[in-house]
Amino acid sequence: MPKRLDLKKILIIGSGPIVIGQACEFDYSGTQACKALKEEGYEVVLVNSNPATIMTDPEVADRTYVEPITPEVVIKILEKERPDAILPTLGGQTGLNTAVAVADTGILDELGIEMIGASPEVIHKAEDREKFRAAMENIGLRIPRSAIVRSVEEAVAAVKDIGFPIIVRPSFTLGGSGGGIAYNMDELKSICQQGLDLSMIHEVMLEESVIGWKEFELEVMRDAKDNVVIICSIENVDPMGVHTGDSITVAPAQTLSDKEYQYLRDASLAIIREIGVETGGSNIQFAVNPENGDVVVIEMNPRVSRSSALASKATGFPIAKIAAKLAIGYTLDEIPNDITRETMASFEPTIDYCVVKIPRWTFEKFQEAQDLLTTSMKSVGETMAIGRTFRESLQKGLRSLEIGRFGLGFDGKDPWDKGIIPDMDEIESKLRVPNSKRIFYIPYALERGMSIKEVSKITGIDPWFIFQIDKIRQKGNKVRQKGKEALDDLFQIKREGFSDRQIAYLTDMTEEEIRDLRFEKNIKPVYKLVDTCAAEFEAYTPYYYSSYESESESRRSNRKKVMILGGGPNRIGQGIEFDYCCVHASFALREEGIESIMVNSNPETVSTDYDTSDKLYFEPLTLEDVLHIVDTEQPDGVIVQFGGQTPLNLAVPLKKAGVKIIGTSPESIDMAEDRESFQKMLKKLGLKQPANDTAFTLEEALKIASKIGYPIVVRPSYVLGGRAMRIVHDEEGLRQFMEEAVEVSEGHPVLIDKYLQDAIEIDVDAISDGKLTIIGGIMEHVEEAGIHSGDSACVLPPHRIGKDMIEQIKDATRKMAKELHVIGLMNVQYAVKDDELYVLEVNPRASRTVPFVSKATGIPLAKLATKVMIGKSLEELGLTQDPEVTHVSVKESVFPFRKFPGVDIILGPEMKSTGEVMGIDQSVGMAFAKSQFAVGLELPTSGTAFLSIKKGDKESLLETARTLEKEGFKIIATSGTAEFLLNHGVDCQKVLKVSEGRPNIIDMMKNGQIDLVINTPSGKKRTLTDAYRLRRTAMELNIPYFTTVAGAKAAVEAIVALKKEDMDVKPLQEYY
Amino acid sequence: MKALIALEDGRIFEGRSFTGPGEVSGELVFNTSMTGYQEILTDPSYKGQIVTMTYPLIGNYGVTPEDEESLGIHLSAFVVREYEEDYSNWRATGDLGSYLKRHGILGIEQVDTRAITRHIRLAGAMKAVISTEDLDEVSLVKKAKDSPGLVDADLATLVTCKRPYVWERGKILELDDVSPDRLSRLESAEQASFRIAIIDCGLKFNQLRLFAKRGCQCVVFPATVQAEQLLACEPSGIFLSNGPGDPAAVHHVIETVKELVGKRPIFGICLGHQILSLALGAKTYKLKFGHRGGNQPVKDLSTGKIEITAQNHGFAVDEASLPSGVEVTHINLNDNTVEGISHRDIPAFSVQYHPENAPGPHDSEYLFDRFVKLMS
Repeated sequence: MPKRLDLKKILIIGSGPIVIGQACEFDYSGTQACKALKEEGYEVVLVNSNPATIMTDPEVADRTYVEPITPEVVIKILEKERPDAILPTLGGQTGLNTAVAVADTGILDELGIEMIGASPEVIHKAEDREKFRAAMENIGLRIPRSAIVRSVEEAVAAVKDIGFPIIVRPSFTLGGSGGGIAYNMDELKSICQQGLDLSMIHEVMLEESVIGWKEFELEVMRDAKDNVVIICSIENVDPMGVHTGDSITVAPAQTLSDKEYQYLRDASLAIIREIGVETGGSNIQFAVNPENGDVVVIEMNPRVSRSSALASKATGFPIAKIAAKLAIGYTLDEIPNDITRETMASFEPTIDYCVVKIPRWTFEKFQEAQDLLTTSMKSVGETMAIGRTFRESLQKGLRSLEIGRFGLGFDGKDPWDKGIIPDMDEIESKLRVPNSKRIFYIPYALERGMSIKEVSKITGIDPWFIFQIDKIRQKGNKVRQKGKEALDDLFQIKREGFSDRQIAYLTDMTEEEIRDLRFEKNIKPVYKLVDTCAAEFEAYTPYYYSSYESESESRRSNRKKVMILGGGPNRIGQGIEFDYCCVHASFALREEGIESIMVNSNPETVSTDYDTSDKLYFEPLTLEDVLHIVDTEQPDGVIVQFGGQTPLNLAVPLKKAGVKIIGTSPESIDMAEDRESFQKMLKKLGLKQPANDTAFTLEEALKIASKIGYPIVVRPSYVLGGRAMRIVHDEEGLRQFMEEAVEVSEGHPVLIDKYLQDAIEIDVDAISDGKLTIIGGIMEHVEEAGIHSGDSACVLPPHRIGKDMIEQIKDATRKMAKELHVIGLMNVQYAVKDDELYVLEVNPRASRTVPFVSKATGIPLAKLATKVMIGKSLEELGLTQDPEVTHVSVKESVFPFRKFPGVDIILGPEMKSTGEVMGIDQSVGMAFAKSQFAVGLELPTSGTAFLSIKKGDKESLLETARTLEKEGFKIIATSGTAEFLLNHGVDCQKVLKVSEGRPNIIDMMKNGQIDLVINTPSGKKRTLTDAYRLRRTAMELNIPYFTTVAGAKAAVEAIVALKKEDMDVKPLQEYY
Repeated sequence: MKALIALEDGRIFEGRSFTGPGEVSGELVFNTSMTGYQEILTDPSYKGQIVTMTYPLIGNYGVTPEDEESLGIHLSAFVVREYEEDYSNWRATGDLGSYLKRHGILGIEQVDTRAITRHIRLAGAMKAVISTEDLDEVSLVKKAKDSPGLVDADLATLVTCKRPYVWERGKILELDDVSPDRLSRLESAEQASFRIAIIDCGLKFNQLRLFAKRGCQCVVFPATVQAEQLLACEPSGIFLSNGPGDPAAVHHVIETVKELVGKRPIFGICLGHQILSLALGAKTYKLKFGHRGGNQPVKDLSTGKIEITAQNHGFAVDEASLPSGVEVTHINLNDNTVEGISHRDIPAFSVQYHPENAPGPHDSEYLFDRFVKLMS
């Protein structure tokens, strides 16, 4: 069927901010879809609140609404744009849920808008557990025994039939959040309550536990003519019980014979047909009993997903792009396969390598969180590795994770390398209870003599994977035993996926020596293609992975070429923003006619889409792997300043190895990082910084602290995202910090700064060509200095500091750019206190805020910076003036607290947010209001506000309380705050704290009597306090809450704005 | 144990044997299926071929008698990137290496199988020799050149059954007496509405299983069977199985089929399809490197539907040579070659691919229903 001509304009709903369970894979999918539809001549309207996405670049869609993804806003957009159709299947669960909510209002029928891809009925059938159950029974498939309950009481009754352990799964949530496994009645009640609260429809499914069963996923596609194909099968190494997003997974399935695989394939075909997904892709999950092959269907997602992104990268088959084309009426046999060109999309990819995906967790960011993996996803990113064997891929994947490991052990980081041999009890418990380190404990167990069968039994991991891990262990031991003699067999060692770092450690040599030896013996990896067809057809898309084989398929061209090093797996502090910059670098190179070569290991990203760059190397970002690619490609330059800390850490070693780094020199980057030279520079330029010093030892630190005076900000140098950064108020805190810091930043000093209380923090992104420096954007943080800049909300342009100060900031920025010889991007953080400007930090590289500034101003900073780096001047590029904007953009952060029970939600100098949204409007109040809606908080315009404010903040918030009163809010407060307010003429009612008896504030919150919470924390020991429970409850009940003075003020300003005017929507294309 | 693979065009690949010493020649081909190695090993169509698996890890789930498609292994040698001795699957009864050894088949691993695949894609399927005994490249290349090859080789006669048999309770029951009377007294006749006479050119058991499931009694004859012998069992239809080698070389079967056309409904698969086409007057030709795998898209021209099919053939029917009265019913969407034909007036049709799968997708089992309908 040719494409539909009755459709002209199509709305795509994005997935919003990056959260756990919904990350940049939906930017990858959405960008593909927008491009595909535009290519076909459709007018594409997009809504997505996430400014760090490629899809919200003004040239990707025709009309780009960076607005909150709520049903109300989407309806406004529909009324304004009158599209012919909505495509809801590309924006993750957010896109799907929002589309369904919109459809349920009846507006689509009213406006004559069609939902393409999946209809509301289909989505309900797939998502509503009861309907799904019935559908599965219809086609003779079994799903685990289960019951739908809408209250804890019903759950208690239902468990009698189902039995413990029992899985609790809330309907309609993100990434299975709120779910869990209950082993007893108490747990059932508490998990159930949480699930009910989280479910959009207040519904929870209880399910027979199939914990320990093998878990498989199939990616299915269907077209309008009912042709169905399977794109990829994925086997979870971790069995049922661990969320698939937290499982190490392998593609294709390894332990199924054809009969069993075909059974799952048949079932998948039947499911997509029975559910009735008209066109597009679906992800179907199965559990298989390892004892007898019994199969149960776990779930089906009638949309593109994290797994479909992984499947696309694992096979080379662009699921989202094809899904978009199917949605507009094409059939699979009408869409060409880009990779082979001569064949069509109506086939099933076959692969001739082994793909391993490993999740990246950040438990270290949340002290109180337990490192436990359950059915609720906790990882924030992932890495994918491709190799010719499982062992090669696993080891590549582990070294791609950037957790300081260089493979599966044998890298000097195993406990016994430090003389510690874990005892059997510890090993057993680490194996039994899934956790982020489990994979490393498997070799420990084997080393201690546990049998493969026993390891498999305890972990539930299929013996096949344990066999493979054991082979790695045996090989490593052999090399260790033989020492340098083992190097005669170097090729075979490399074939097992061992990195030079591991081999060097085992043979007591240096990484460089091993590399030299290999190059001498000509033991280098070859590059093979990912081509969807196992070489049956010629491939035209240069998408490579390395392996130790006989024949390389990489062909170096004669064109001028630049290599871009990506950011690796997403983590808190290094996420989509950096990938955005890398993608822009690639686009810029293409525009300049230079061949772009992307290196990255993150399957979720746009940067690893095979058509983003001229060449894609899906490889770990370690020195060894990058040098191999350099050796093959001989690029004219390498860009390290866009991918975040990962490539920056490689800058100096790469340069040492003779690689040409373009843009700001590694020395300049180093100079900005190095305290002493940085201080010298500031002195020279007449700029101030807060009193500070560096310490290597506790004694030094204590001395410095007493000199500077508490409070102080302490942090290890050379880390991103404020890892382990803290505000310390006294000696005890400092002692505690120093203990941990030494581990985080080996060999680098600890930095100590005077903490500037109540200062306004400013972020500046600038671009320089070495002569001219343009200030791309000045952002004023909403929260005070001391809250990590990645967590703080910020406003562009600033509105609390004066014109003179802005000039002073611009001037300081220009001076520093010149002094550091910046070629490319630079980010500066300032603090303004008592009309004095302090420089906090300078980073001569891309920052997290580059995409936000670009969206706010319309200036593509990263793209321009790339062109500057390859020799263009800003004048040539037409950027000679600092951009000025009349509208206001607010960036707000989103946090994963909900995923980590027991963690306090207050902010500090260590970054905790996973993503961001942008609110854009004419006034600060409205822009801030939009940003709050976009993060999922519904600011009330009436009702009851609860205030509990610490001593020092009471004065500052008095005006805010008055405003709330004036706007008709009823105010209630805890005793101290209430007294203060009453004394100052604000009418309010006193309420009990938890420790004061009942009914207390938490009861009121649970009863829905509170609409807004303002609580500034006192900084005391956190989790035990009343305040902690209060904040946690507010978050769990999704009551808007603010924990800083500035945040509360901004929120109330936003409420005023909302009461004054209607929220209006406007596409980016109309802002500039 | 080191092994060399020498191709007739002089290219050499290195590997090691995981089944002990040996030397063998054959046509070197590749298969892109990611699962189903045991079914491939036991598919008689691979007679005379050295099969390279493009999927690198082979042996993962072991072997089981349940997955055998014939009584033996017919291919010449098996080439993989990595043999997995340690297997895991609840149905497995043993490892692949021992299974190959038991059947005396050479298995080679640690080979850059992707390099082989690319070479064959560019240069075509060709004769090759694998040896662990003679590691002299020049000598091996010569041996490869001198080996017989597949063109004009009647391999079907080598793999066909020796005596007629009936598929009884999922097993072979050899019979000397295949008279209608005898056949109707068998258990397989009890549930059956139809009797199918099968010419075995190298059939796969799953064909019999799928017929039996549809209420057909399967009577299997050696490829040398005469038309009247076959008709004597009073079949409702005739099935021409798959098999190895050059279809044009199986003259005797083509002649037999010529006699049968029009007498009973006929259904052919793979070699059976080529034989039916030849019997109807069409021509066949050798493909450059053939289709072998489980992901080949085929379009049913009558419905427009696409099925993902299992395929295993090196020859194809030439569309231009099809006589009037015969129409193309299915085409391959990758290269538009003929995948199925049907006669307009005579009840006879056939497909080039393997609707019985094993291994491969089950999309095309409807063809068995179509044949049953044709017999009704």
